[in-house]
Amino acid sequence: MTRSRSPMDQDTLGGRIFAVVNTLLLCLITLITLYPCLYVLFASISDGVSLGVGSKLLIWPKGFQLGSYKMAARNPMLWTGYGNTILYAVVGTFINMLMTCFAAYVLSRRYLPGHKIMMRLIVFTMYFSGGMIPMYLWILKLNMLNTIWAMVLPGAISTWNLIILRTAFLSIPPSMEESAKIDGANDFVILFKIIIPLALPSLAVILLYYVVGHWNAFFNALLYLRQRERFPLQMVLREIVILNETSMLTGVTDSLDRLQETIPLKYAAIVLSTVPVLCIYPFLQKFFVQGMMVGAVKE
Amino acid sequence: MTQVPSISKTAPQPGKLQRAWQIFLRYKYVYLMFVPVAIYYMMFHFIPMAGAVIAFEDYSPRGGLFGSDWVGLQHFKDFFGSVYFWRLMRNTLVINLYGLFFGFPAPIILALMLSEVRKTGFKRTVQTITYMPHFISVVVAAGIILDFFAFDGLVNEVLKLLGINPQMFMTEPNYFYGIFVGSGIWQNVGWDSIIYLSTISAIDPTLYEAAVVDGAGRWAKLRHVTFPGILPTIIIMLILRIGNMLSVGFEKVLLLYNPSIYETADVISTYVYRMGLLNNDYSYSTAVGLFNSVVNFTLLVGANYFSKKMGDNSLW
Repeated sequence: MTRSRSPMDQDTLGGRIFAVVNTLLLCLITLITLYPCLYVLFASISDGVSLGVGSKLLIWPKGFQLGSYKMAARNPMLWTGYGNTILYAVVGTFINMLMTCFAAYVLSRRYLPGHKIMMRLIVFTMYFSGGMIPMYLWILKLNMLNTIWAMVLPGAISTWNLIILRTAFLSIPPSMEESAKIDGANDFVILFKIIIPLALPSLAVILLYYVVGHWNAFFNALLYLRQRERFPLQMVLREIVILNETSMLTGVTDSLDRLQETIPLKYAAIVLSTVPVLCIYPFLQKFFVQGMMVGAVKE
Repeated sequence: MTQVPSISKTAPQPGKLQRAWQIFLRYKYVYLMFVPVAIYYMMFHFIPMAGAVIAFEDYSPRGGLFGSDWVGLQHFKDFFGSVYFWRLMRNTLVINLYGLFFGFPAPIILALMLSEVRKTGFKRTVQTITYMPHFISVVVAAGIILDFFAFDGLVNEVLKLLGINPQMFMTEPNYFYGIFVGSGIWQNVGWDSIIYLSTISAIDPTLYEAAVVDGAGRWAKLRHVTFPGILPTIIIMLILRIGNMLSVGFEKVLLLYNPSIYETADVISTYVYRMGLLNNDYSYSTAVGLFNSVVNFTLLVGANYFSKKMGDNSLW
C-alpha cells in the first residue's frame, strides 16, 4: 500500500497541519474502537464487588483476581459449548472447503456448456431466498432438528466465498493444466494436484471466513437446536451474557455478594470465547485483505 | 479440451441428442463434480424458495405443503392492514437510512484518512485495531452494548461526569436507532474500509505526480485524484447497500431488544421470527418474509438498472 510521491508536498505548512490533525483523529478513533475490548479484559480480572456497586468507569482493572476464570473453567456448560463449537467448526469447515472447491472449479471452466446458467442461478440465491420459515419447516421435514447437520449443511457453500475462489481459479493460466490433461488426468486430479496448490492464499482466506463464521454462529443454533447439550459456544454465551443467567454458571443466586462475583465471571466467559478468534486474526490480516481485493473484482 | 472424444468414431453422424451426449461424456468429471453442488443449492436454496408458497396457504403441519387450504393473498392483505406494517416498515427503513447516512460514509472517510498516513507502522496498528471488532461475535457485541448502556453502565457514568442525567437507554425507544447504528459502525468501520483502501492503493501513482506538477496540495490530490479513483467502488457498494434497504442485521436486534422498545426496535425479520417460530403462525410469517425478499430484490435490480443508465458501474 505504499505509494510513491514526491517529497515536496510535505513541506507546506498546510500539509503538515493536515498530517497532524489526521494522525490525532486516527488515534482517537483507534482508542474508541479499542476501549470496549480493553474494558471487557479489565472487568474480567477486576474485583467483583467493587465493580458491581462502584463506578463502571474502568481505565485500569479494579483490584485483581483470577477466580472468575477458574470459576468459568469449572463450568460444564461452557466446556460443552466449546466442544460443540469445535465439532461444528471442524466438520462444517471440511464440508465448506470441499464443496466450495468443487463449485469454484466447475464454474471457472468457461468452456463448459451450461456454466453461465449455473452461475446465474447460484448468484440469484445470493439476492433472493425463501425466508426463515420455509427453511425452518424444511429442516424440520428433513429430520435435521437437533442434529449437527442443521448446523453444517444449510451453509455448506457461502456464495460470496465461492465467487472469491472462482475468481482466484480463473486467474490461473490454462496452460498450467494442459500438460496434465495430455497425460490423461481427470478433473479431480487437476483440481487437487494443480489448481488447489496454486490458489493457496485464496483458500486460506475462505478457510478463515468459514472458521470464524462457524465460531461466531448463533442464529442457526437458535432456530434448529432445542437440546442444551448440543448448544454451541455462542448459545451458551447468550445465556450468560444476554439473558443474564449467570446463576446457571455458579449455581448460586441467593447472596448478593456471590451475585457480584458473577459479574467478572461474565467477562471471563467473553474473553475465553473470543480470544481464539482474536489471536489468530492479526497474523492472517494480510490474507484477509487479499481476499477482500479478490472479492472486489466484479463478476 | 485436448481430450479427443473417442465416441465420435463409433457414431460418425451424430444427431442433436447424440452430440449433447458426447459433450456430456467429454466433460463427465466436471459435471460429476457439480452434482453435490447442485444438490446443495437444490436442497437448501431452491426447495425452501418453493416452500415459500405456503405464504398463499393456510399451512398446517398435518396438511403439509400440498394439503393445506389455498387462501391467495389473504396473509399479505392482513399484514398490510395490520398496525404492525407501518411500524415495521418505519423501523426497518429508518435504521437503514441512518446506516446509509452515517454508516456508509464512515469507512470511506477512514480509508481516505489512512491513505494519507505515511508511517507504515502507525497505519498498520490503526488497521489492526479497527478491524478487530469485526471478529467479535454478535452475541458478545450485544452483551457489551447492553452493559455499556445499562442504567448503571459506563455511558451513564460518563454522562454524569458531564452533568447529564442518566438515561434508560435500553428501555427508552428514542435511543434504539442511534445505539444500533452506532455500534454497527464501531464493529465494521475498519473492516469495511479495506475495500476502499485496496482500491486507493491501486490508483496509478503517475496521476499523483501529474497533480503535484500542476501544483496540487494534499487536499487537492485527495479531492481530484483519490476520490474519483474510488468512486466506482463507492457506487458498487452503494448499489449493494440499497439492495439491502429492507433488511437489518436482525440477529443483533434480536439480542438487544425487549418488549418496552419494540416500538422502535422491532424490524421485519424479528417480527417474522416471533410470528413464525414463537407463535407458530407459519403462513403469515412466510408472507411477511416473502414480501421483504421481493422488495429487497426489486430494489437491488432497480438500483443496478439506474446506475447502469447513469454510467458504466453495475453489478452485472
